[in-house]
Amino acid sequence: MAVVSIPPFEAFYEAHRDRVYRLLVHRVGRQQAEDAFQETFLRALRAYAGLRHAEQLGAWVTTIAERVVIDAHRRNRSTDELRESETWDGRPPHAELEHLAGELPPTERAAVVLRYGYDLDYEQIGAVLGSNATAARQAASSGVRRLRKELT
Amino acid sequence: MTVPAKLDKRFRDAASAAGLLDAAYDVTDSPVGELLVAATDRGVCWIEFAPEETLDRLARQVGTRLLRVPRRLTAVRRELDEYFSGVRTAFDVDVDLAVVPVFQRHVLDELVRVPYGEVTTYGALANRIGKPRAARAVGGALNRNPVPIIVPCHRVIGASGSLVGYAGGLERKQALLRLEGAALV
Repeated sequence: MAVVSIPPFEAFYEAHRDRVYRLLVHRVGRQQAEDAFQETFLRALRAYAGLRHAEQLGAWVTTIAERVVIDAHRRNRSTDELRESETWDGRPPHAELEHLAGELPPTERAAVVLRYGYDLDYEQIGAVLGSNATAARQAASSGVRRLRKELT
Repeated sequence: MTVPAKLDKRFRDAASAAGLLDAAYDVTDSPVGELLVAATDRGVCWIEFAPEETLDRLARQVGTRLLRVPRRLTAVRRELDEYFSGVRTAFDVDVDLAVVPVFQRHVLDELVRVPYGEVTTYGALANRIGKPRAARAVGGALNRNPVPIIVPCHRVIGASGSLVGYAGGLERKQALLRLEGAALV
């Protein structure tokens, strides 16, 4: 399999900014979309140097945007009301993992997909999740535990 | 629906202010053609004469976190404009040569002492860094100068007075020396 090299961030940003902006407007409205947009691409930038391959970067940034929306909801409302969103563009963050990870709570799902789908290290995942490496590791391992239980 | 220009700019400035970039860049017009100018937090790290081909090369050199942030390049663009209009003879902006290997760094450090409007030769520059037999290696080091114009490799010519070579093409070298009023053979 040919290794797709990671493009300069500018190229990645130009390729995905309009789609991500539309998704965010659709999800949280035009006003909140501005902060969410900036937060999404700042998180992507924090994790960018840790990317191991350039496959499905669009799905990757969608995963991040989804996290940002969830975090914004958390700040605004009680977590009880929070429900996992559908994948907006119909493309799963990582096809092979998605059908397995789909049932997990949002943070665990994001951590599992980013760790095993995108091969990010925990520090990078922490950056994406807006937390830290320790929290990311915990989320990924409890996600994996939960998956094991569901599979057996 | 596309990203509003204001939001796009806001993100670019925020990314730069947060210190998340390997380098910020912008493209600017000049009498010797379009220039891509890039800077790290330490200073100007890259000037390139063929902007459209250069981003991948810059990424290999300094890292993939590159973003066009015009605001970050305002000072160097202004100095370049002043240089090309003939009112500036020395640059004040900081230069970042961190990725440059040691030998090349010696050559470039010595090169910046060659004043505006004067020329030196590859051999003379080799002498000045204490390596009189290294004229050819000096040529190679100049050829890979990441910050042409500001680090003035155009001021180095052959012993016979011929222009010899320039990574940006000999026409550009000649244009820069003419601008500076250097006495050419």
